[in-house]
Amino acid sequence: MAEAALKQTPTDAMIASLQMPQGGWSEAARKDALSRVKTMGLPQRRDEYWKYTRPDTLVQVLPAPAALRKSDETPLFDQIDRLKIVFVDGVFDAAASDDLSLEGITIERLAEAGSDLHWARDIYGVLETRGQTPVARPLAALNTAFADDGVLIHVTGTPSKPVNIIYRRMSETADAMLHHCIKLDAGAEMTLLENGPVAARHNGVLEVEIADKAAFHHVRAQGRDHEQRAATHIFTRLGTESTFKSFTLTANGMMTRNDCIIELTGDDAAAHVAGACVGDGADFHHDDTVFITHDAVNCESRQVFKKVLRNGATGVFQGKILVKAGAQKTDGYQISQSLLLDADSQFLAKPELEIYADDVACSHGSTSGAIDEDALFYLRSRGVPHGAATDLLTLAFLAEAVMEVEDENLREDITGRLGSWLERHAS
Amino acid sequence: MLSIKGLKVKLEDEDKQILKGVDLEIESGTVHAIMGPNGSGKSTLSYVLSGKDGYEVTGGSAALEDVDLLEMDPEERAAAGLFLAFQYPVEIPGVGNMTFLRTAVNAQRKTRGEEEMSAAEFLKVVRARAKDLQIDAEMLKRPVNVGFSGGEKKRNEILQMAMLEPKMCILDETDSGLDVDAMKLVADGVNALRSEGRSFLVITHYQRLLDHIKPDFVHIMADGRIIKTGGPELALEVENNGYADILAEVA
Repeated sequence: MAEAALKQTPTDAMIASLQMPQGGWSEAARKDALSRVKTMGLPQRRDEYWKYTRPDTLVQVLPAPAALRKSDETPLFDQIDRLKIVFVDGVFDAAASDDLSLEGITIERLAEAGSDLHWARDIYGVLETRGQTPVARPLAALNTAFADDGVLIHVTGTPSKPVNIIYRRMSETADAMLHHCIKLDAGAEMTLLENGPVAARHNGVLEVEIADKAAFHHVRAQGRDHEQRAATHIFTRLGTESTFKSFTLTANGMMTRNDCIIELTGDDAAAHVAGACVGDGADFHHDDTVFITHDAVNCESRQVFKKVLRNGATGVFQGKILVKAGAQKTDGYQISQSLLLDADSQFLAKPELEIYADDVACSHGSTSGAIDEDALFYLRSRGVPHGAATDLLTLAFLAEAVMEVEDENLREDITGRLGSWLERHAS
Repeated sequence: MLSIKGLKVKLEDEDKQILKGVDLEIESGTVHAIMGPNGSGKSTLSYVLSGKDGYEVTGGSAALEDVDLLEMDPEERAAAGLFLAFQYPVEIPGVGNMTFLRTAVNAQRKTRGEEEMSAAEFLKVVRARAKDLQIDAEMLKRPVNVGFSGGEKKRNEILQMAMLEPKMCILDETDSGLDVDAMKLVADGVNALRSEGRSFLVITHYQRLLDHIKPDFVHIMADGRIIKTGGPELALEVENNGYADILAEVA
């Protein structure tokens, strides 16, 4: 026995430390996920998609404590009329949340949805499982097995306002595992806003099933607590003529890994995923990993990722477009760029295209570079001081990603916050 | 206004002397033109005066209204009243032309301890000045110089000059790449800015621009020095005979 204990793998240790919620409609999915995690094992450095991002801090049993950050800045989305759902340290806070009833949408708490014939049975762990091939995502399977809170949102029409999931941190050590499922019926439309730091460590999964002609809009700001760590996954499947648009703003964070797995299964659908990220310091690490599968005709996909890195910060981008045989008229676009504000910072990019159809247009590009000295001198020669000119050019660099947010007011708000961040982190 | 004495400049990374002792005095309210063969150092002079990196001053001085220019950062020189119209205006994707103009105007005002221009006032002024230069609203909205034609870029330079109201304007081959009509438009823009308290240094290869912007003095630059100074007739001489005679005369 002693020998067996010594040989306990990180996967075994993690599983042993967690408790699976019992009973209910999700039990089968959880048990299945657990057996998949055991087979896959948690991520290791030698795994192809963890080569540039060390999984250690995400797979150790206890999270490293993360200091709380005080801010007098108004939270993003505060100016927007929205339905608020609040989680504190990864636990739903009914008192702080709005009444969850809204026309065209039903919202339930994962921890409370008990019925055996729940609609979420067809989504919970289902999209996640589909997203495990060809690349394994063990942290997402771990989440399906053990997530103890989250929301289930069924959109039947077009609700009058966005749903805003707000995360707050009170504890320096909370380890949160949240799992949200969203189902959009044919023709339905919703906007999901997420903001704030979830926990000292967060393993998050969002599964979104988008039926024909439905549209899902998603804007997320990951909170500025620098010591937090997060591994998030979005799994989505799109029906005919449907739309998925997701934008993520990341400022600070010692370890952020954002996976987005998109499956275009209906013709004429469009999926856009974008991110703007700013990081300062050698302990900053941010990884965007995207996998888009085109499995239908005349679909469009678009990936726009921009990162500003300084003082030894690290950015990673791994983006793949897979065009299956028969997915003709595919229009795929992928751009990942970094602005390195000093020689210590680094950007690691792995763009991939795998195409089995012959009538497609896919373009991709990846760059890393410094501030354009000619543009900087031009601005300074007009009287703009060095720092302000650098910030202006940095914001201009990020603009292409921020432009992916459709709402103009929100775009301006995000740009303003990025500007404040740059001022606070001036050299 | 501008006083340059024995200015010597070499490339920072290369052992190459470009300016070998330039002397130039520009009085307030006057227009000076510098002509000269390729590689004589004309553009280098404009860059060194405006503070571009990559050059090392090895001797001499340059002062704007008795203030040493060479010690200042580019933005301080601009706030002190120096303006360079670029030969090749830089494209800045992602920065709107209007934002750029307003940032520049207010940055200079702030540096000089003046009040910033309000958005409404700025808009009024920029629209009027843009109209004179036939710059439409669309061009003001677009990113700085991105997708602008050669003529549009040069007009945009003059618009910046008009908005910033500098004391000392240097025009580095502003006529290059312009057709006759565009050159006239740019020249009209410059002429409208001529005043008692403002001086111009016009760097050009061709006499044609000087038909429109009439200089008080013409200088011939060769091999890093000003070798001859005269009136507008000197430009005509160059146009007719080239530089050979002048170079031979000095040598």
